[in-house]
Amino acid sequence: MPDRPDGGGGPEEPRILVFSTNNISDPGIDLAGSSHLHYPPGVVVIGLPCTSGVRPEWVLYAIQRGFDGVFIAADGEECGYLSDCTERSARIFKRAQDLLTEHGLEPRRLKMAAICSVCAEPFVDHIREFSAALAELGPVTAAPVEPGSGGSAPTGLAQVRKGYE
Amino acid sequence: MSDRGEKARTSGRDRPHGNRIGVYICHCGGNISDYVDVERVLEAVKDEPGVAVAKTAMFTCSDATQQEMAEDIREHGLDGLVVASCSPKLHQFTFREVARRAGLNPYQYSQVNIREQCSWAHTDDRAGATDKAIRLVRGGIARTRSSLPLTPLVVDTVPRVLVVGAGVAGLRAALGLAQVGLEVVVVEREAEVGGWVAGLGELYPHGRHGGGLVAGLLDQVRAQPGITLLTGAELVEKSGAFGNFQVEIRQGASRTVRADVGAVIVATGFETYDPPAGEFGRGRPGVVTLPEFQRFLEAGTGALVYEGRPVRSIVYVYCVGSRQGPKAGGGNLYCSRYCCGAAGHLSNRVADRDPAVRQYHLYRDIRTYGNLEAIFTESRNRGSVYIRFDESEPPVVSGDAGAGEPRLKVRVRDLLTAGEELDIRADLVVLVTGMVPRPNEELVRTLKLPVGKDGLFSEIHPKLRPVETVVDGVLICGACQGPKNSSESVASALAAAAQGAAVLKKGYAELDPLVAVVDPERCDDCGQCYPACPFEAIERVPHQGREVASVRRAVCKGCGACVPVCPAAAIDLLGYTDEQIRAMIDGLLKETA
Repeated sequence: MPDRPDGGGGPEEPRILVFSTNNISDPGIDLAGSSHLHYPPGVVVIGLPCTSGVRPEWVLYAIQRGFDGVFIAADGEECGYLSDCTERSARIFKRAQDLLTEHGLEPRRLKMAAICSVCAEPFVDHIREFSAALAELGPVTAAPVEPGSGGSAPTGLAQVRKGYE
Repeated sequence: MSDRGEKARTSGRDRPHGNRIGVYICHCGGNISDYVDVERVLEAVKDEPGVAVAKTAMFTCSDATQQEMAEDIREHGLDGLVVASCSPKLHQFTFREVARRAGLNPYQYSQVNIREQCSWAHTDDRAGATDKAIRLVRGGIARTRSSLPLTPLVVDTVPRVLVVGAGVAGLRAALGLAQVGLEVVVVEREAEVGGWVAGLGELYPHGRHGGGLVAGLLDQVRAQPGITLLTGAELVEKSGAFGNFQVEIRQGASRTVRADVGAVIVATGFETYDPPAGEFGRGRPGVVTLPEFQRFLEAGTGALVYEGRPVRSIVYVYCVGSRQGPKAGGGNLYCSRYCCGAAGHLSNRVADRDPAVRQYHLYRDIRTYGNLEAIFTESRNRGSVYIRFDESEPPVVSGDAGAGEPRLKVRVRDLLTAGEELDIRADLVVLVTGMVPRPNEELVRTLKLPVGKDGLFSEIHPKLRPVETVVDGVLICGACQGPKNSSESVASALAAAAQGAAVLKKGYAELDPLVAVVDPERCDDCGQCYPACPFEAIERVPHQGREVASVRRAVCKGCGACVPVCPAAAIDLLGYTDEQIRAMIDGLLKETA
């Protein structure tokens, strides 16, 4: 196996950011690990309460900053919050793909699939497939953006902080 | 793997200003450190901006390390905590409490999952797993760095519990809840209560009958005015959230019962394994399952006569439908726990009836743990013969017996007599069948119950949170969770009752304050977020001479669905703010070399 340029030991593998959900898909991803099902270590997860809360701008930012792809491990029909979570997620997915296109990035860098709380094997299958597809697509050609670009200015949060206290 | 001691290694340094974050990286025995170089992770993160203290520990969840964290928080005046260990499903609460006890706001702690989502998923790639762990911990540090101190939301809870299933577990849970003053609605799908135990005869060790136990429980249940028992009824709908669920129960064809409940206890029990035709001679006359044999014994007295034929010889085949490892063809991997004791107990009842009956027990392993050992000892002392076989060469049951002989023949290779092959004639072959999950698709869908690979319901943690599920307020107990005998089922039922009562007796529950907030300066009242919230948590309020959107904290469920619909990016979900997510993305991407 060739060494990674960053000193990691694995082969150069696509970096994938997964948006999971705390109650549905994250337990499914946990179960993949508990079952010692292997998937590429370039895959890292950020857990959110619900897929309908993913901002399309985060998908764009992740790819602009250096991830090769984003995988949304969606609640699907299982969502405990929203009966129309699937439709909302589909709209977010579409907006995020459009954003990628607008910024000269391949919309295929975003993938979404419903992952249930015991969907360990489906998760691993999706991720392996996506990783292979991203490897074929090659690295992102656009230069990375600066950290924090496009984000809410911290002043917004300061306001919130003030209101909260 | 260095530094296995409980005393953690310290590095990093205190910083004069800015964030003061403590980072603790867990070995988890070897569950993490066997696959991740935790010392390398420590080296890589100890100088991250804002980190004041960074350590590794053998078990971060141990009392000693918790104590040490609390001391560090006080001593170094920490304002943030990052624990990199297992899934937040297990110990998020533990470490939040550590923070709280030490005076650190619990919402400035981040849990980083480097076990289920790192070491265990990459056992084949130590360098890759270590690299990933570094990224994950940096993501957690970034998140904590931009966290806000929050206080929990307090919601009122309904002092009523729904119990699903009226077997011994469900009935006993209902009684326990009623005895502490909570109202209970018990829903039973069947027309009769009592489940399997109602049909059992004399039980070990006190000789009381199952039917009598259930009748006694039912009397007590009926004497409790706070318990409503609905038979022939099923839960069909559940809405609301922990502390205040609305449930809909359908009884019979036409009646619908609605109730508000604070929690739900699922006690739906088990099904017994039903071997397909041909498995160990299943389908031949005289080949019976454990429950069939029990009912046969229950139905008669005196010398045993089965289908008009005297019973002189019985062969028991153990582990049917249990412990089906690869050598046994796969299937149910678990041990059903109760069957060794049950079969031994029934063989003793046979000996009571007719000591001359020859009884042969063909087993892989006998698991008569605890006091059940006395059953096994008694069975052997009364003449039962135990013959051990290997799972790769199970006994063969045939009808190939000679004239005038018992009609069944069992061939088995006896492992303990140097592999001698034995032919045993039998009038009855008892397949000692294990427990399997009941088909409960509807209930699983309604309650969003977590189902394990084995089809049984999963608790959050087998030791620390043994009756709670990932669905807040939905508890499980009894054999629907995993094989248990009746006393174990009742013990877990009382655990569920205590857990439910612990929350509901207070009358309120503290919920995560991780709700949505609107920055009024950015909000231009475009109106898009109002219909996006199905809980109607967003209202229009005056703000400096104009109107803006505002989130009602107690109504917000914290899903975040309003966040992406705001064109002005004025809405943040606390704990998952735009700033935090972007910081995490950057932390996860930082080079690890």
